[in-house]
Amino acid sequence: MKEDKNQVVGSENMNGGQARGKNHEDLDFLAQMGESDSLADKLKILARQNKLAAFSAVILILIFLAAVFAPVVAPCDHLAQSLTDRLQDPSAAHLLGTDELGRDVLSRIIFGARISLTIGLVPTLISMAIGTVLGLCAGFYGGKTDFIIMRLADVMLAFPSLLLAMVVMYTMGGGLINIFIALSLVNWAGTARIVRAQTLSLKEKEFVEAAKSIGVKKWTIMFRHILPNCLPSLIVLFTLNIPSAILSEASLSFLGIGAQPPSASWGLMAVRGKKYLFSEPWLSIAPSAAIMIVVMAFNFLGDGLRDVLDPYLKEQ
Amino acid sequence: MEKSVLRLFYQIVCLLWKNAEGRLFFVLNRVLKRIVISVPVLIGVVLAIFIMLRIVPGDPVTTMMGEHVNPAVIEKISREMGLDQPVIVQFFKYVFNALRGDFGTSYRLNRNVTQIILDAFPNTVRLSLMAAAVAWLIGIVAGVVAAVRQNKLLDRMFMGCALMGVSMPVFMTALILQYVFAFKLKWFPVSGYDSWKAMVLPAIALGWNSAGSIARMTRSNLVEIMQNDFIRTARAKGLMEKGVILKHALKNAMLPVVTMMALQFSSMLSGAVLTESVFGVPGIGRLAVNGIETRDMPLLQGTVVFTTILIIAGNLIADLLYNVLDPRIREGA
Repeated sequence: MKEDKNQVVGSENMNGGQARGKNHEDLDFLAQMGESDSLADKLKILARQNKLAAFSAVILILIFLAAVFAPVVAPCDHLAQSLTDRLQDPSAAHLLGTDELGRDVLSRIIFGARISLTIGLVPTLISMAIGTVLGLCAGFYGGKTDFIIMRLADVMLAFPSLLLAMVVMYTMGGGLINIFIALSLVNWAGTARIVRAQTLSLKEKEFVEAAKSIGVKKWTIMFRHILPNCLPSLIVLFTLNIPSAILSEASLSFLGIGAQPPSASWGLMAVRGKKYLFSEPWLSIAPSAAIMIVVMAFNFLGDGLRDVLDPYLKEQ
Repeated sequence: MEKSVLRLFYQIVCLLWKNAEGRLFFVLNRVLKRIVISVPVLIGVVLAIFIMLRIVPGDPVTTMMGEHVNPAVIEKISREMGLDQPVIVQFFKYVFNALRGDFGTSYRLNRNVTQIILDAFPNTVRLSLMAAAVAWLIGIVAGVVAAVRQNKLLDRMFMGCALMGVSMPVFMTALILQYVFAFKLKWFPVSGYDSWKAMVLPAIALGWNSAGSIARMTRSNLVEIMQNDFIRTARAKGLMEKGVILKHALKNAMLPVVTMMALQFSSMLSGAVLTESVFGVPGIGRLAVNGIETRDMPLLQGTVVFTTILIIAGNLIADLLYNVLDPRIREGA
């Protein structure tokens, strides 16, 4: 995993010191039990052993609910301007104050969660779907297919991902929809590599042999027999790719080539608040902190998931 | 008697030569192989950028000159800039010129892009070097301390900070530093790039993320190494704990960390965009953003190609460093 060392926390152990030590024995025991325990069982273990990951999951669910029910939860309308109330300090009426157009910052952050979560989930899902299909094909067919797909992946991984997204944004212009497309197209290569590696080892297994010998079609083998076995890694990867997508959107918007006003994107709010940093610091710090909380929660959750679901990924 | 000594000597020389030859060949082989692999990737990258920038809707000359210009003028300028030729011809021309160090002429600034990049590059290099120093120093010290105090309060605190460092958007670190150290405490200037003092805050902002990931990696490697038998042996022979950690454990734990540091240095060179934009440092990242804002294609293209070359070179160096540092690989075992 060579992508974006700044953002994705790929290869280190980040358990936050929880659930190491004595709990390790339980995990080893479970590892011996092998594939017999189901996904739900593993999630139960995760919730019991890694309090930090469980807590992060709860936080994320709360943020998700807040985003879905934003019009109900938010104290004010996030677009309602009121020039008489501009740049107010945090108070009982406006918990995080108001911005330069008199809009309630807290409400805008709650509505901004919609943007960040969608950007985190949808393009990541699309890019991982592309990566999975390409990785499966590369690993399964081998030969020329493998060569072409993997060289393509090498090229994608050689780009610094923020710069690549910037190039795509130049071509298509700013705006949230274009960030969607840019991030969907940019981040598939890492997934493709991992899926290919797993496909290579899985296709030598007996059950694939057996399926081949009774004449199951290639695509059925790929998607019915091999793909489900890659699923644990994919879930972990998904959780760890989300924060990097969120950070990319925030960075692009911060640079002024992403979301455009009056959108309540957190990155855009941070850069617009930057002008008032020395008089009203919360204007830029509050949305940044929101990004940090979401990213951190996804990182914790992803690490926890990796520990229970996929010891293989940790080795890399 | 003499004969057998001679034969032994001959055998030893043969053995040494064979090993040396093998090793030399091995390292050379890896270097060559890596370079050979890098070249097509580089060509692919340039081609990808080239195509992406050329499917932009609208004619670049019209965009540059405005809508209400005589079509004949536009055509003339297009011909002068070589934009009337097929894309594939333009591509080969570009690659050929780029190999000679010429990235074309900026639309807006009407200057050679190579010159613009070379003017901005020292700022980015200085910033990245300082950021790397910050990241390595903080990261390794925090990682070692956390590993030694494993699962104690200090470990939890450091790892908490490291995770925050990894999760914080770069601009948040930059803004907080600016607010606290430049505005409240007035220790450093708010922005600028001409003195080392002005570069301190940008360097910390840029290095903070990397410091977090280096700390976490150092810690987890060290913790793993400390469980090895040779550490127990070192302790058993009465070595002080400091000696065990610094002489025996750290040396082994640092191997992947060094590779990661090399990788991160090259990603700092390219990832300085946000830091540069908050602190107003006129570096490479600013050029790319300017290129997008003013729709200056040659500038953006030159910057992206240049940075990608840096990244590929950085990956190459990281890989070679790993090969040279790891005796298991170095000796071809």
